[in-house]
Amino acid sequence: VLAPRLDALALGTLKARSLGVAVGATQTVAFLAATVATVAAVLVAGSIGFVGLVVPHALRLAGFGDHRRLVPLAALAGGALLTAADTLARSVVAPLEFPVGAITALVGVPVLLALLARSR
Amino acid sequence: MLAAESVTLAVPGRTLVAGMDFRLAPGDCCAVLGKNGAGKTSLLLALAGLAAPAAGTVRLGDAPIASRPRREVARRIGILLQDETESFWGTTLDYALLGRFAHAPAAFGADPAGEAAARSALAEVDLAAHAAQPYRTLSGGERQRARLAQLIVQAPEAWLLDEPLAHLDLGHQAATMRLAARLAAAGGAVVMALHEPLWAARVCSRAVLLYDSGRFQEGPVQDVLTQSNLERLYGCRLEPAHRDGTPLFLPAS
Repeated sequence: VLAPRLDALALGTLKARSLGVAVGATQTVAFLAATVATVAAVLVAGSIGFVGLVVPHALRLAGFGDHRRLVPLAALAGGALLTAADTLARSVVAPLEFPVGAITALVGVPVLLALLARSR
Repeated sequence: MLAAESVTLAVPGRTLVAGMDFRLAPGDCCAVLGKNGAGKTSLLLALAGLAAPAAGTVRLGDAPIASRPRREVARRIGILLQDETESFWGTTLDYALLGRFAHAPAAFGADPAGEAAARSALAEVDLAAHAAQPYRTLSGGERQRARLAQLIVQAPEAWLLDEPLAHLDLGHQAATMRLAARLAAAGGAVVMALHEPLWAARVCSRAVLLYDSGRFQEGPVQDVLTQSNLERLYGCRLEPAHRDGTPLFLPAS
């Protein structure tokens, strides 16, 4: 339900309002939903950096800009990335466990830098 | 359909428009002329209900526009903004489709009627071949036409156009002005901020001139767009050039 409103908000708050979006309410709901999702993820898994930062932007670059597809895809791709990172973390130095955050950072930092370079 | 009642517009330290009464009826085509910073954009934003006037009220139908839900306002009033955030990631077709928001029945599922409307709107502004192209990669003039297409999809009763000719080449300027005339002839109401008195005289029935320090003048184009008024408005000397009975004025060299 939020997706088309978020698409419209990409044009700025004035234009979004003129298209019929209740901007204040949309921002409040989106902010609350993001907060709840983040808190839940951190409670379950602990804080693991770069996944949330990089995955949505990488998907946008790959051409999934429309929020109706972007939001569920970001959840799936983020989960997939974490699963892969976790598997790696458990296997490279088995029986010890490598910190997962280090692996996501290893993937995330170059992607983030590439994103920054592209946005110029 | 849309009325401003003793509306005063101001920016910090300056009154742009003092006590304006303005009524917009179906079939009207009205130009808003004035120097840079005279308040053209402020007037359009106030009429669209996007900025509250310093004093007075804007009414849509019989209720103040601020009291109406945005979705209902969007079905009746559309505005072409002078600039908007350019961070839209989708294609030109997606961009035009955002005009459907106020009409779309559901958030999920396909909207074939909307897509057909968006495609025909893109064709109307000569962008049919660019439908699948990412909006970000369009040129300035093409973006301006994509914004017009989005507004055509929104299909409001009142069309507020802030410098609709910006970035457009001569051929597309003429096409856009023909579009404005068509919209008014079909029972829409058009208000456009223009920098070209020439187009105002050709296309519009009425004009509002915004002078300095809150003064303004409103009336039929043939009464208002005179050489002395325009010289006073723009603060420069003009030379008349008549053609087909439409008075045209060129800056004196």
